[in-house]
Amino acid sequence: MKLPAIVHKYSSPKNFYTMSGKMVPWFAWGFGLTLVFGLYYGFFIAPTDYQQGESYRIMFVHVPAAWMSMFVYMVMAVSGAVGLIWRIKTADLMASASAPIGAAFTLIALITGSLWGKPMWGTYWVWDARLTSELILLFLYLGFIALQASIEDPRNAARAGAILAIVGVVNIPIIHYSVEWWSTLHQGATVTKFDKPSIHIDMLIPLLVMAVSFKLYYATSVLMRGRAEILLREQNSRWVKEIVANEGAALGGAK
Amino acid sequence: MSASEFFDMGGYAFFVWSSYGITTVVLAWVFISPIFNKKNIIKELRIKYRQQERQQQDRADSEQA
Repeated sequence: MKLPAIVHKYSSPKNFYTMSGKMVPWFAWGFGLTLVFGLYYGFFIAPTDYQQGESYRIMFVHVPAAWMSMFVYMVMAVSGAVGLIWRIKTADLMASASAPIGAAFTLIALITGSLWGKPMWGTYWVWDARLTSELILLFLYLGFIALQASIEDPRNAARAGAILAIVGVVNIPIIHYSVEWWSTLHQGATVTKFDKPSIHIDMLIPLLVMAVSFKLYYATSVLMRGRAEILLREQNSRWVKEIVANEGAALGGAK
Repeated sequence: MSASEFFDMGGYAFFVWSSYGITTVVLAWVFISPIFNKKNIIKELRIKYRQQERQQQDRADSEQA
């Protein structure tokens, strides 16, 4: 299957650099505003949980981080596949720029989950399906990063990374359904299920706002990473030389 | 609700605040690192381009001589 020429035109590295430069401030402001609103709602309006007391407020970072850990992985695998099939450089770029952010979200989901587990379950860690599959997700991210770092040629690095990412997608449904397939300490889904969410509306609102906030954080962050990396990858093209001449002069330093 | 009640988080202060603290530190680091990275890349490329220019200049000079 061939992509229309317009896709290649708009996904050109130079166009990516220009467009993303315009988008980053919007995403960053959106992130900041939803973050303030979400945290305010989560701490001051959301009621105390009748079973878990105030400890449940960890949910407002834990759950969005866990969702993002899977979402970013899917973005990484899909862009890796797009780069593999249609040889779109910016798709490869998005895949490798996503990995450290996804790894960060996974780490946060694991640590905050552990800090929530201790007072509620009585243990920081248990080798059950949900926690183990989420830990495997972290290793998949780290494996992707290490694999790409070990291959010098960017095209081969992108190819190898994409294959690893695609194979690892099998872990995503395992994470999601682990709480249904195996017996576990981890509670089941309360929001992402085909039914009315079983959660108080004043807890659901900050949770969803924080989820949007984390998505906007990812959008901002992945574009910033992509913008830095693309200069390095496209260093032999004329537009990068122009940017380096302009921005380098603004940065000052050695003449 | 008083400030000390708020910070106490119903006795779960350690768990709640370390969760938010760690999240903040990790996300801030991931957010800030590409800013410095980009500046470094631009500085390095600037030096590299200048070296390339100089080499081309040298080559042109030696061909003339």
